[in-house]
Amino acid sequence: MSFLIDHILTIILFSPLAAAAIVFFLPENQEKIIKWVSFALSLIPLGFTVALWFLFDRTAQGYQFVERYVWYAAINSSYHVGVDGIALSMVLLTTLLTPLAILASFNITYNIKSYMVLFFLLELGMLGVFLALDLLIFFVFWEFGLVPMYFLINQWGSEKGEREIWGGIKVPARNYASFKFMIYTMAGSLGLLLAIQMIGVVAGTFDIPTLFERWTSLDRSLFGLDISVVKAIAFWAFVVAFAIKVPIWPFHTWLPDAHTEAPTAGSMILAGVLLKLGAFGFLRLVLPLYPVEAQRYAPTLAFLAVMAIIFGAFASFGQSDFKRLVAYSSVNHMGFVVLGIAAAAYAMGGEDATIALNGAVLQMFNHGLSAAGMFFLVGVIYDRTHTRDLNEYGGLFPLVPVYGGILIFTSMASLGLPGLGGFISEFLVVRGSWPIFTLQTALAMVGLLFTGAYILKGIKQVLHGPLNEKWVGHLSEISPREIFVIAPLMVLMLWIGVWPSWILDLINRAVTALLS
Amino acid sequence: MQFPILSFIVFTPIVAALLIFLIPEDRKNEVRVAALAASAFALVLSIWVYFAYDVSRGGYQFVEQVNWLPALGISYKVGVDGMSVPLVLLTGVVMFTGVLISWGIDDRPREFFTFLFILATGVFGVFVSLDLFMLFFFYEIAVFPMYLLISIWGWKETREYAAMKLTLYLFVGSVIALVGALAMYFTAGLGTFDMLELEKAGFSREFQILWFPFIFLGFGVLGGIFPFHNWSPDGHVAAPTAVSMFHAGVLMKLGAFAALRVGVMLLPEGAKFHMGWIILLTLVNVVYGAFIASVQTDFKYVIGFSSVSHMGLVLMGFATLTREGFLGAGIQMFSHGVMTALFFAVVGMVYDQAHTREIPKLGGFRKVMPVVAVAFIIGGLVSMGMPGFSGFIAEFPIFMGVWKSYPLIAIVAAVSIVITASYVIRVAGRVFYGDLPAEFEGHVRDVNVLDKIALVFLSFILIALGVYPGWMVPWVESGVDTILRLLGGA
Amino acid sequence: MNGSVFNVTMFLAIFPELWIFALATLVLILELALPKAQHRSLGWVTAIGLLLGIGVGLVVAVPSPQAQLVWGDLIRFDRLGFVFSLLFMFGASMTALFSSNLEKLGQRGDFYVLMLVSTLGMCLMASASDIIMLYLAIETTSIPLYILAGFYKDDEKSTEAGFKYLLFGAMTSAVMLFGFSYLYGLAGTTNLYELANQVLRNQLSPFLLYGVLGLILVGFAFKISAFPFHFWAPDVYTGAPTPIAGFLSTASKAAGFAVLVRVLWVGFPEVQPYWVYILSGVSIATMTLGNLLALAQRDMKRLLAYSSIAHAGYALIGFVAVSELGITSVIFYLVVYLLTNLAAFGTVAVFEKTSGSSEIASFAGLSRRSPWLAIMMLVAFLSLAGMPPFGGFVTKFAVFAAAVDRGLIGLAVVGVLNSIVGLYYYLTVLKVIYLYRSEEEHVAVPVPQASLLALAVLCIGVIAMGIFIAPGFNIALLGARALW
Repeated sequence: MSFLIDHILTIILFSPLAAAAIVFFLPENQEKIIKWVSFALSLIPLGFTVALWFLFDRTAQGYQFVERYVWYAAINSSYHVGVDGIALSMVLLTTLLTPLAILASFNITYNIKSYMVLFFLLELGMLGVFLALDLLIFFVFWEFGLVPMYFLINQWGSEKGEREIWGGIKVPARNYASFKFMIYTMAGSLGLLLAIQMIGVVAGTFDIPTLFERWTSLDRSLFGLDISVVKAIAFWAFVVAFAIKVPIWPFHTWLPDAHTEAPTAGSMILAGVLLKLGAFGFLRLVLPLYPVEAQRYAPTLAFLAVMAIIFGAFASFGQSDFKRLVAYSSVNHMGFVVLGIAAAAYAMGGEDATIALNGAVLQMFNHGLSAAGMFFLVGVIYDRTHTRDLNEYGGLFPLVPVYGGILIFTSMASLGLPGLGGFISEFLVVRGSWPIFTLQTALAMVGLLFTGAYILKGIKQVLHGPLNEKWVGHLSEISPREIFVIAPLMVLMLWIGVWPSWILDLINRAVTALLS
Repeated sequence: MQFPILSFIVFTPIVAALLIFLIPEDRKNEVRVAALAASAFALVLSIWVYFAYDVSRGGYQFVEQVNWLPALGISYKVGVDGMSVPLVLLTGVVMFTGVLISWGIDDRPREFFTFLFILATGVFGVFVSLDLFMLFFFYEIAVFPMYLLISIWGWKETREYAAMKLTLYLFVGSVIALVGALAMYFTAGLGTFDMLELEKAGFSREFQILWFPFIFLGFGVLGGIFPFHNWSPDGHVAAPTAVSMFHAGVLMKLGAFAALRVGVMLLPEGAKFHMGWIILLTLVNVVYGAFIASVQTDFKYVIGFSSVSHMGLVLMGFATLTREGFLGAGIQMFSHGVMTALFFAVVGMVYDQAHTREIPKLGGFRKVMPVVAVAFIIGGLVSMGMPGFSGFIAEFPIFMGVWKSYPLIAIVAAVSIVITASYVIRVAGRVFYGDLPAEFEGHVRDVNVLDKIALVFLSFILIALGVYPGWMVPWVESGVDTILRLLGGA
Repeated sequence: MNGSVFNVTMFLAIFPELWIFALATLVLILELALPKAQHRSLGWVTAIGLLLGIGVGLVVAVPSPQAQLVWGDLIRFDRLGFVFSLLFMFGASMTALFSSNLEKLGQRGDFYVLMLVSTLGMCLMASASDIIMLYLAIETTSIPLYILAGFYKDDEKSTEAGFKYLLFGAMTSAVMLFGFSYLYGLAGTTNLYELANQVLRNQLSPFLLYGVLGLILVGFAFKISAFPFHFWAPDVYTGAPTPIAGFLSTASKAAGFAVLVRVLWVGFPEVQPYWVYILSGVSIATMTLGNLLALAQRDMKRLLAYSSIAHAGYALIGFVAVSELGITSVIFYLVVYLLTNLAAFGTVAVFEKTSGSSEIASFAGLSRRSPWLAIMMLVAFLSLAGMPPFGGFVTKFAVFAAAVDRGLIGLAVVGVLNSIVGLYYYLTVLKVIYLYRSEEEHVAVPVPQASLLALAVLCIGVIAMGIFIAPGFNIALLGARALW
């Protein structure tokens, strides 16, 4: 038992890998077995995470359940993992969304085995990033997660659509989107990779807690440049990599394509967890490693965040493709996360900063829930209508009342209706940032207005207005399996909205530690 | 006296070659079985020597010495250190898998395996030589069978041209290095070709500066250094599959290894003086190689140029003259060897079925040969330096080394990673995904079980090294220590 | 030393010559005694007789490290001459085996007798220490070779070859004799070692010596087919019976080198820089020309002729490196070259008998017709190209080492570059053998027993020389040390 507790993080991290291996050796044609076994296996990391949640000492400082083993001794990198409140909430989000996404994938017919294997590998990559306390290990998982996502989009993405690339050659849209996703992120990580190498060379270690002291206290000149210049360059290398992932305007252009073309479950994970990796990078690495630079460039970040909020909302409003609309909404929502982080970085301590950062982390969690839910609901309607064009829908509420109710509920959570999760986190962000970045926050509030506009537009076009006659008799109600997917998300949205302290306490302690 | 395991490794292939040649010509299956048995034996021996190497002790181990030509101080002296023992293992691996996937060769398999094994002996010999003469001796043995293997069993369109080009390029490089080696021998005045003795010869700085470029670039030709890399893609493309595997997988390492052992280790001052501009050449290798690879339409040329790019990283690691650089280069030699063997095996399997390597004409092969597709993807991930695979373990320290010595070059070189990613994805997408062209429908079949074993074996090594580098890094590290000692603790 | 008293040493000194003479007599008698159908066995008799001679010689007639001048100072009984003598006998023995299956050649006793006499002359060349003796030896070698080159009387090419060889040979030896006469006039002695003393005492004008040396070198250059007296070689090799071409290109050439080594090293140390310059130039010109012209050849024998010209150039590299290592490398080079080139000509002879052509193109498909013959050609050609594990690699290594040792880096580099050109055309031949197909590829190429034996011995020798370097090198070293 104590073995399990001592190694709980390793178990959580690698149980998806074991699951992938088990699924890999299942017979190819037994689709039903593959699906159910995968689902059952995906509950294991969730179970351990829940256990971790309760075992986690809310009063202690620093990282818990730390494990450290030699991995690449030659360059002083070790397998070092540990969790704090922020990481724990993200791990919970990941292990929670994965079984739901697998359940949402039961309608996949093409090569289900590979699909499940890739899904587990994806989970492995995401968990690794949240748990890593070694810069190199962090990067390992950071990059590794790309591969399964690429294939999920490329192989199981939407089958329709073509994109014209240079030279007039037409390629399937999912190939275009997956390629763009991969190259964009890899190019973004390039600066991160180089900066990590540089830090490793200069500091002689990749251990994150050690680096917090060693790297920040470095004051000799490097490569013939002043240390502040080197640090500024490295800061931006980190920021660009994470900004692409978040994504922060103007690095967001890969996102609508990738989200739109991905399979439903892929979109759920992509929006629910993958985007959080970028924000998590800011919290885990950028703020502690570059406090000075972060403070200096925080206004710029805040400006970009506001642009993301406003443009995201406008762009979303302008879409006629339901999935694209939801995709752009992610840009909009993640903007609040970045705004909170920027405000906290600028103030560096103080009550406002803590509030803003608490809001940002909670917003990460909430957006994980609501975006996953939204993408799932888009997937549900698409499966039945085989179109995502908003103009093709219309007045579907009478045909699918349960679905309609769920859609409205989830949309409201996304919009930030008081009583649901989104409200709490956005309120905290705005409350915290207001004294720090008053103008930017005010502009962001304008953006929030349009958030309401596009969400209502979506609801209206799908559920209300004149009934599009062609769906009558062709549209079946949401199935119990699908309800089972969305239900936990709805419960959590409501729970956080009503009584947020169960998670906020946890986050708050970590945030306080981060800012001190 | 201890069991002469290194001699066994070196001479197993050539003895096997002789025995195989004694099998009657028409007993093709017996020839294949014999070849497989011999290569399996060599593999077992190389695994054994790898793990029997005492890392904590370091230095040269399993040393054997027999007088060869005492009048000139030439001896048969073999031994392995942490730098060479992974390469011995690599050779064993590539040899074994090369035989596995060559089962289908039907034109004079007896001669094919004979020449292939002579080549293998040459390669093993170079990696274990501790005598300069012996190094050249085996180096040349490794070069000439290549000519016959490519020109006889190669791709009909270009084999004659490519084989000749390759042989002449390599020969030029090696004889130029030979003149330098002779100059070393006479200048040292020790009357010995023993490299461990020559290390202590204390060559004057001027001498080292004069001769280093000849030796480093002479061997560098085989390592594919720009601008002498031209033979390599042509050679890779023209060669039959197993030979491409050997060629890119092992032979190019021969050049890099010899450049290190003879150039850097014997002439350290020369290395310090010249590496500043040599690293620029390797930078061209890395970036230009990747770029050229990305615009090829021939599947095999893509891989061929990718080798130029990756071998550039090995030489770049050397050129940094740092601990990290050598370490990464040492691992990269192994990792790239296995990876490129895997790549060429895949290309060969696709070509055998499709009879074309034009990427635009291919597609959808995942459906018929899923294992091959997965293997290619694994190779591709290694080549783009994806964490979790061996390429990352190798490239990361190389870049750290470059950071230490020439930060700007690290930044420029990193561009190659994205270029590599883009062409790997493009090729994987075009060849293995999408729709199978109608002309192939029903004509292409999956590969046989031996091919699959080879692919799985190679893939397994790449992942094992990527996930847990601890079974190779300490080995290479101990070898790096020796190099750094010679460089004066740089 | 007093030449009027006979002793055992004197006879031991000419043991190879005596043995060969006896063997020649035996062959003459056997030719008369045996019926015509059995004449083929004369080749075996000659070959085995020569090999026996080598064996007996190694037992009884090994010179002591201290050289002795015998027979009125005409002959120097030393290990240099002995090594070369055994080498010539071995070469002749192999040639006899190759010839024994050729109807118009190997079934005639006079062929073997002529070859033996020529070999006898070579042995004398290698050990002569007096310029009169030297001249006689050269002529004893040459005259039978003129006949042998034109041995196919009804073949125009062969006749032409013999005649051409005779004309050029006679002319150059006349020039050489002219040079010898001057030498005698200047020094008042015909003995080489005496001559050396004269030169050392500085009694001779270097200016005159230059001229004399030039004249003498003409004769030697012809013998070793060095530039600019190389041009007879391709025509003669092509026209002459193939085994004889092999013999000419190896034993005869080695004999020329033996003489060159002794005369220049012993007789002209004073003007060493002079002949080093000349011969360096000759070496460069010879190998470059030989290699470049070889590139354009379509006929296998012509290709081998040009290649043998090039090899003379390589061997000269070691020669001009004026050192013990240099001389050793030359001797070693010649030993291995003899093995290798005889193997090459031997394979050509075997193939030619079946196909009737020595065009390179006609060798297509050989590896399918006779894998073993192809492998032997592979061994021979790769050794010529200087590839390990064959002897050619080690010997090239040795001559380049000798050059680098003496700081002749430039010469070594030229040699190295030339060996690359060489590699090109040797590989081209191998490509034809292994890669190209022919309509006759189902027709096997029978390899007669005698040839097979000879080829096997030669190929194993080539490989053994390449792998076990020390014995061959040490023998060459012994020969080199015996020079003074």
